[in-house]
Amino acid sequence: MSGDVAAALREPWDSLRRQREAAEFGVWIFLGSEALLFAGLLLAFAVNRTLHPAGFAASGRETDIVFGTVNTLVLLTSSLAMAVGSEAARAGLRRLALRALATVLLLGLTFLVLKGFEWAKDLREQLWPGAGFRLAEPGARLFFGLYWTMTALHALHLAGGLAVVGWLSWQGWRGTRPLGSPAFQVAALYWHLVDVVWILLYPLLYLGGRA
Amino acid sequence: MSGITADDAMAEAPQERQGDSYLTAETGLASWLLTTDHKRVALLYAAALTAFFFIGGAAAVLIRLELFTPASDLVSAEGYNRLFTLHGLVMVWFFLVPAIPNTLGNFLLPLMIGARDLAFPRLNLFSWYLFMGAGLLLLAALLLGGVDTGWTFYTPFSTGYAHSNVLLAALAVVLVGFSSVATGVNMLATVHLLRAPGMGWFRLPLLVWSIYGTALVMVLATPVLAAALLLVVAERAFGLPIFDPRQGGDPLLFQHLFWFYSHPAVYIMILPAFGVVSEIVPCFARRRIFGYTFMVYAILMIALLGFLVWGHHMFVSGQSLYASLVFSFLSFVIAVPSAIKVFNWSFTLYRGQISFQAPMLYALGFIGLFTLGGLTGLVLASVPVNRHVTDTYYVVAHFHFIMVGGAVTALYGGLHFWWPKITGRMPPDGWARFAAVLMFFGFSFTFFPMFVMGFLGMPRRYASYPPEFQVWHVLASAGAVLLAAAYLLPMGYLAWSLVRGRRAGDDPWNATGLEWRTASPPPRDNFRVPPIVEEAAYLYHPRHEGPRHEEQEPHRDQGGGT
Amino acid sequence: MSGLSGWVPLWPPAASAEAGTVDAIVLLLLGLSGAVLLLVLCLVAGFAIRYRRGSPAKRGALPELVQSEVEIGWTAATLLLALLLFAWAASAQLGEERTQSDALEIHVTARQWMWKAQHPNGAREINALHLPRGEPVRLLMTSEDVIHSFFVPAFRIKQDVLPGRVTQLRFHPTETGEFHLFCAEFCGTLHARMLGTVTVMEPGDYARWRAAQPEGDGLAREGAALFVSLGCAGCHGAGGGGSEVGVGATVRAPRLAGLYGRDVPLADGRVVRADEAYLRDSILQPGRDVAAGYAPLMPSFAGLLGEGEVQRLVAYLRERGEQPGEGR
Repeated sequence: MSGDVAAALREPWDSLRRQREAAEFGVWIFLGSEALLFAGLLLAFAVNRTLHPAGFAASGRETDIVFGTVNTLVLLTSSLAMAVGSEAARAGLRRLALRALATVLLLGLTFLVLKGFEWAKDLREQLWPGAGFRLAEPGARLFFGLYWTMTALHALHLAGGLAVVGWLSWQGWRGTRPLGSPAFQVAALYWHLVDVVWILLYPLLYLGGRA
Repeated sequence: MSGITADDAMAEAPQERQGDSYLTAETGLASWLLTTDHKRVALLYAAALTAFFFIGGAAAVLIRLELFTPASDLVSAEGYNRLFTLHGLVMVWFFLVPAIPNTLGNFLLPLMIGARDLAFPRLNLFSWYLFMGAGLLLLAALLLGGVDTGWTFYTPFSTGYAHSNVLLAALAVVLVGFSSVATGVNMLATVHLLRAPGMGWFRLPLLVWSIYGTALVMVLATPVLAAALLLVVAERAFGLPIFDPRQGGDPLLFQHLFWFYSHPAVYIMILPAFGVVSEIVPCFARRRIFGYTFMVYAILMIALLGFLVWGHHMFVSGQSLYASLVFSFLSFVIAVPSAIKVFNWSFTLYRGQISFQAPMLYALGFIGLFTLGGLTGLVLASVPVNRHVTDTYYVVAHFHFIMVGGAVTALYGGLHFWWPKITGRMPPDGWARFAAVLMFFGFSFTFFPMFVMGFLGMPRRYASYPPEFQVWHVLASAGAVLLAAAYLLPMGYLAWSLVRGRRAGDDPWNATGLEWRTASPPPRDNFRVPPIVEEAAYLYHPRHEGPRHEEQEPHRDQGGGT
Repeated sequence: MSGLSGWVPLWPPAASAEAGTVDAIVLLLLGLSGAVLLLVLCLVAGFAIRYRRGSPAKRGALPELVQSEVEIGWTAATLLLALLLFAWAASAQLGEERTQSDALEIHVTARQWMWKAQHPNGAREINALHLPRGEPVRLLMTSEDVIHSFFVPAFRIKQDVLPGRVTQLRFHPTETGEFHLFCAEFCGTLHARMLGTVTVMEPGDYARWRAAQPEGDGLAREGAALFVSLGCAGCHGAGGGGSEVGVGATVRAPRLAGLYGRDVPLADGRVVRADEAYLRDSILQPGRDVAAGYAPLMPSFAGLLGEGEVQRLVAYLRERGEQPGEGR
């Protein structure tokens, strides 16, 4: 186990405990930064929703609530798996950790695939706010402008999270990264942020017009 | 208790000292491009920033040449718009924002707190590559014909009307923003977790505090800019309407998001300069900094209040008068911590033993120029006067006094001050003093006339102008020649000093601070013996006495005992 | 021109009531800033000379007074100064905001790269604006494309001109003469050529000038024609007299005569003042502020009407609004 610690330790740290503290501190700050990125978009959404309440409500009824709800469940479950994986890694439970991470990968991919189907359906239903846009309410184009931007940015973040988790799982499976590495907790924190962002997007985009 | 002095260390291992500084520890291009040493990354940044300073400076020279005459004769109106946009984009995001934090800060932060490196050395290198990637995108935008939106990217001009490479430029700025965030995270974690034993929060040198405040602002403000520019990209590239007034969108929303970043960005540029001056002034006055605690809280106040004043850029935009008054109030309030700093620097001189080497001349010049820049900001903070002078050369003069007269002067001062630490060679002091004085006067001649013509009504971003403003433009352009010389001269003699400069000892200025407790240039791991800190910063004299000029060792080291 | 005589102006001409207020604040700020700057320079230069290395001046510990009280002193002093300046500038601004009721209203439309103005009688000008001296003026401005900014240095006023929105600018010319009009917000290639001349004339001269202009249809008269041709009258009744089901019109719609300037209760409980902005929004986004008691049936005219047409309609509704009692 002490070899494990030595392998996980990086410059300029003297102890793994301190290194883990730094990694988690750093990623929390990064998450604060990411939260403000989405906060900018949410502010844009809030402003336009206040300007065009009717248009936004009408548009909110056009998004596909089935896809949205299923995806919310998928993502919440993936966060559970991620929490299990990160704690199992910290406790040195290799099999459990790898299985949990594999579940995360599977659920994350499921989310993206479902999202892809949803986008295809949206395009078929002429919900791209360009030529031939279906809705006439003022503000509907703004809603869908933000819908596409925010879901795309979220999907991009999720894809980034998948890449990180995939990479860590691969390294954990090959044994090139010791389970004691703080990277697992860091990845978990990031994954939870992506989840939290979705939890904010879901009511705004899918439930807003249906209340 | 009593630290090892430079002489002891020299006696211990003279050979080893010469051989393994961070500069010579490894050789070859790969050892630089793949380095995780914060000192080498700092030099990588310095090289890139020098290049960008030349590009942005060249644009400034062309602008001043064009404005020599009222007609737009040297370049077309279209060309002029691209020039000032290029100047703004390059100078703000690729020079001023990273100038002090990523070069001096990167180099000094671990040294000043007694650490071996930054908390995440590989992230540090990664952020340099992000920076370079963003720089290449911007250069691509430039080579493909430039950008003509101004550095502010105001909608709906940028989203619907500009016929230039807005997308590339906006993506470059988003990317450089991520580089900034990476640096900020790294520095915050370093200050929190890598301070040497005994280095409590209120023993930190003020440069560390100011970089800490800067990093905080970088991390929290930059993502909002990224959000605003991503929305511009979405609207321009994919036709997704966000700000488009024809679809009911609000073009002012962009301005709110943009200035929510870009006003704090002013503090990203000036706070590190405060830190540099706070290191230089006590050293050459041989006195403790006056009111250390107030200085720390002033930095934090500025970082905090900086987030609450963005609306003062929008007094004439059509925002509600009451919003304007709130922003005006906060803008007046933020003048207080800045005033505290100026008075504290002045009083640090009181009963000192002041000498006037080049770094001190730069620092004194900074105090003068920054004070004028700050005071002219009060005029802009008052709503009725702002309605007259905003968007004129008055504003141009004001922010150049802060960012160029302030931040760039401090950068040059800091560069001269820590040059011996970075390179192991002394800058030639005579030339350096000449350059410092030239910079002060060159700067004043260039930018002071702009206050006058701005008040007379000369709007900014004009390629041609009514002839009655010409006399002021001619004065400014003439001053710019002096200023350009003052910026180029140090590059010459500093390069010369790399080869021919006098070798520097560990602590050539007799300064306190941990960075002077190691070799010049420092070894790869910064300190042979991990330092332990037992005293507060700036112990240039015992607490209840003043400095005596005869004494050879007028200070005690901040760190030392093994 | 002034450079030839060796005389270079340091102060712009002041030709409006606002200029007086602004100049007074500027002078005060100049004085105060000068004093502070002088103080800092004296401190820095004085200390630098007196305490240069090796000078015979007394050193040693700082006097008690300087230790901490002075710090709190200048913090409090600068804060007080800042608050004072704020209070003065803010009250000056608020005082100016008090509505000048009987202002001469001129519609200004900005576009890349020209200024278009239209006087109440329909007279139009491009890149020029004629005004009578001594009469309060209210500009109602909008843009057809990007953001511009209306800036007359001699009046010390500036206001951004936004697309999709009407911004107002009130001022009170006090001197005759010709003054620069600049666009102050960067608006594209020929931003620097988006100039105009503001001519302030004696009221008599202005009346003569206006009478000599080719009399276009008045804004309101053109608006009246639009009101009919667009079918507004179908629901709102001829002349905007309003309608009830069964009284001629098939759909029930708010009565528009006498509306302007009144407070309108909305369906969601809010109350808004029916000003230009409200009328304009109601034409372009009728679903946003629905008057209480009416169904949100009106279609949006956004995209169907040009900026000028909206202006004419609004001018017409205003004129109707100022003749209450008619139609009922």
